[in-house]
Amino acid sequence: MSDIVEKDLLTVSDLKIHFPIYKGLFRKKVGDVKAVDGVSFAIQRGETLGLVGESGCGKSTTGRAVLRLYDPTAGSVVFENRDIAALSDSEMRVTRPRMQMIFQDPQACLNPRMTVGSIVAEPLIEHTKLSSEDRKAKVRELLDAVGLNPDFVNRYPHEFSGGQRQRIGIARALALDPDFIVCDEPIAALDVSIQAQVVNLLEDLQRERGLTFLFISHDLSMVRHIADRVAVMYLGKIVELASVSKLYSNPQHPYTQALLSAVPVADPKIEEKRQRVILKGDVPSPSNPPEGCVFCTRCPIAEKKCFTVPPEWRELKPDQFVACHLA
Amino acid sequence: MTDQSTAIRANDGLKEAVSEHRSLSRDVWNQFKTHKGALIGGFIFFGILIAVMLGPLIWTIDPTFVDIRSRNQGVSLAHPFGTDQLGRDLLARILQGGRISMAVGLVAMFIAVLLGTAIGVLAGFFSKLDGPLMRFTDLFLSLPLLPLLLVIVTLFREPLSASFGPEGGIFILMVSAIGITSWMQTARVVRSEVLVLKEREFVLAARSIGTPPRRMISRHILPNVISPILVSATLGIANAIITESALSFLGLGFPPDFPTWGRLLFDAIDYMPQYPMWVVFPGLAISLTVLSVNYMGDGLRDALDPRARDR
Repeated sequence: MSDIVEKDLLTVSDLKIHFPIYKGLFRKKVGDVKAVDGVSFAIQRGETLGLVGESGCGKSTTGRAVLRLYDPTAGSVVFENRDIAALSDSEMRVTRPRMQMIFQDPQACLNPRMTVGSIVAEPLIEHTKLSSEDRKAKVRELLDAVGLNPDFVNRYPHEFSGGQRQRIGIARALALDPDFIVCDEPIAALDVSIQAQVVNLLEDLQRERGLTFLFISHDLSMVRHIADRVAVMYLGKIVELASVSKLYSNPQHPYTQALLSAVPVADPKIEEKRQRVILKGDVPSPSNPPEGCVFCTRCPIAEKKCFTVPPEWRELKPDQFVACHLA
Repeated sequence: MTDQSTAIRANDGLKEAVSEHRSLSRDVWNQFKTHKGALIGGFIFFGILIAVMLGPLIWTIDPTFVDIRSRNQGVSLAHPFGTDQLGRDLLARILQGGRISMAVGLVAMFIAVLLGTAIGVLAGFFSKLDGPLMRFTDLFLSLPLLPLLLVIVTLFREPLSASFGPEGGIFILMVSAIGITSWMQTARVVRSEVLVLKEREFVLAARSIGTPPRRMISRHILPNVISPILVSATLGIANAIITESALSFLGLGFPPDFPTWGRLLFDAIDYMPQYPMWVVFPGLAISLTVLSVNYMGDGLRDALDPRARDR
C-alpha cells in the first residue's frame, strides 16, 4: 500500500482500535480487546471496496472508525488529504457531511419518535441553511430518489417494512450529497428478495451521484456483485486485498480460500465437485491474538514460522495483496 | 429504480390516507381519548383542580371562621361536609386546603422530575459524569428522609418565613424540601434508559451526521425517555401530596390554622371514632387526586408512543 495515488479518496494506514479491559476492585486495566489491529487500505474515488470477514473480526469497528465514531488508538484515516483521526470535534463536524453511513439494522437506525420527514431532514437542519419550504422539498426529492412515496413524510418508522426502512436510512445518508458512504452490512437484516432491491438501489445511486462505498458484509456473493475490490478481514487484520476477479478466481490466503469454498454455487455440476475447506476450532480471542500469523491456529497449511513470525503484507501479484508466508 | 418505486407505491393500499397532514398534538389527543381510564382520570383531576381554584370564590364561608355554636355538625345543607370541633366549615377547609396540597404536589413533582431527569440524562449520556452523579444519587438515597426533612424544616423555616411571609415561606420550604428528597428514583430510571438508548444505531447515526450533544439529547434521547419520566411524574405528584400530608401530620408543615389535606387528616385523627367523616373527606380528596393523576399519566405515556398510537 505504499503507492498512495492522488485519486485515492480515503487512505487508512495502520489503523488500530483497542478497547481496554478493566478488572478487579480497583478497575485496573488488564489488557485490550484488539478489535482492529493494524489495518491499511485505500479507496479510490467512485469505487466500492468490499470488506468481508466473519462475525467479530472487526469489520464494523473499522467502518465506524473511518467515520470517527470510535476514536482510533493508533494510525491515520486520511480523507481528502485530511487526517480524520486527528481532527478536533468542530473540524470533524465540518467534514461529516462528506461522509455518511448506512446501518445494519433498519429497525434500530431510525428514531421511533420521529417522522420520516424529520429523520431525513435532520442532516439538512444540522448542516444547511435551507428554509423550511426548501427543506421539505429536498426531503420529498430524497424519498423519491430512494424509491419511496414522498407522501410518507408524516409517517413513523414502525409503519414501514424492513426494506422501506433501509431506504429511509439511505435517504438520510444521501441528504447532504456525501462523497463517501460506509455501508455497514446494509442488507444483512433484509429478506433475500429485498436485498437485491436495496443493492441495486445502491448501485444506481453510485452511478448517478459518483459515490464511493465501503461495503461491509459477510455475504460473499453480494460483495462479488457490488464491489470492485475486496478486503478480507480476520481477527482485526486484513489478510488479503484484491480486485474482485482475482480474489474470487484465485484466492491466495488460506482463510480466503476457506471462506470462498463455503459459498454454494447455483450449478449442480460444479456444486457436486465443490471441495469445502472446513476450518477447525474457533476464532482466538481478540484480547489475546496468536503471536505469529493471526490465522495460524486454524490454518490447514501452517508451518513452524507461522506461529512465531507475523507475515508481511506484500503485493503478490499486481492488485493482489496478501499477508501470508506461504502464499 | 423507477419500476421499483412504482411497484412499491402500487403495493401500498394505504395510499389515499398518507397525504393528509398529521399534527403531533392531534395524534396524541386522538390516542389519549381512546384510553378510558385516562379520560375519566383527566375529568376527575381537572374537576378537583377547578373546584379548589374556583370553589372558595363560590363557597364563600371563611375556612378559618370559628362558629362554636354549630360545632361537630354532620352533613347538612348549610355545611355539606359538616363542621369540625370548632365549628369551621369542612367543605370550605377542604377546598382551601386543596389549593395548597395541589400546588405543593405539582410544584414539588416538577422540581423532583426536573432534577431527576437532568441528573439521569447527564449521568447516562456523558460517561465521565456517570460515576460522580450516581454516587451523589446513592448518597441521597441513603439519607433517612424523614429526619432530613425535619432538619431542613427546623433550619430554614424561620429565615424563609421572614423573607417570604409565613405562608409563602413555608410553601417554598415544603416544595423544595420534598423536591430535593424525591428525585433519586427518576434519576436512576432515566439513566438506565439513556444508557440503553445511547448504544442504539439511530444515536450513532445522529453522531455520524454531526449532531452536537445538546441537540442529540433534546431530539433523540429525551423523546425516548418520556415514558419513564411521565410515570415518575405522576407517581411524584402522589408522593408529594402524601409527603406534605405526612409533614403536616407531624406538625411540621403549614401552621395549624392553615388548612391542607394532610393537616385536616391530622386534626381529624383524634375524633375518628366519633366523626369518621372528618377523615373520609380529606382522605378521599387525596386518594382521588393521586389515582386520577396516575391514570392520566398512564394514558399520556401510551399516547406519546407512536408505536402504541396506531394500535
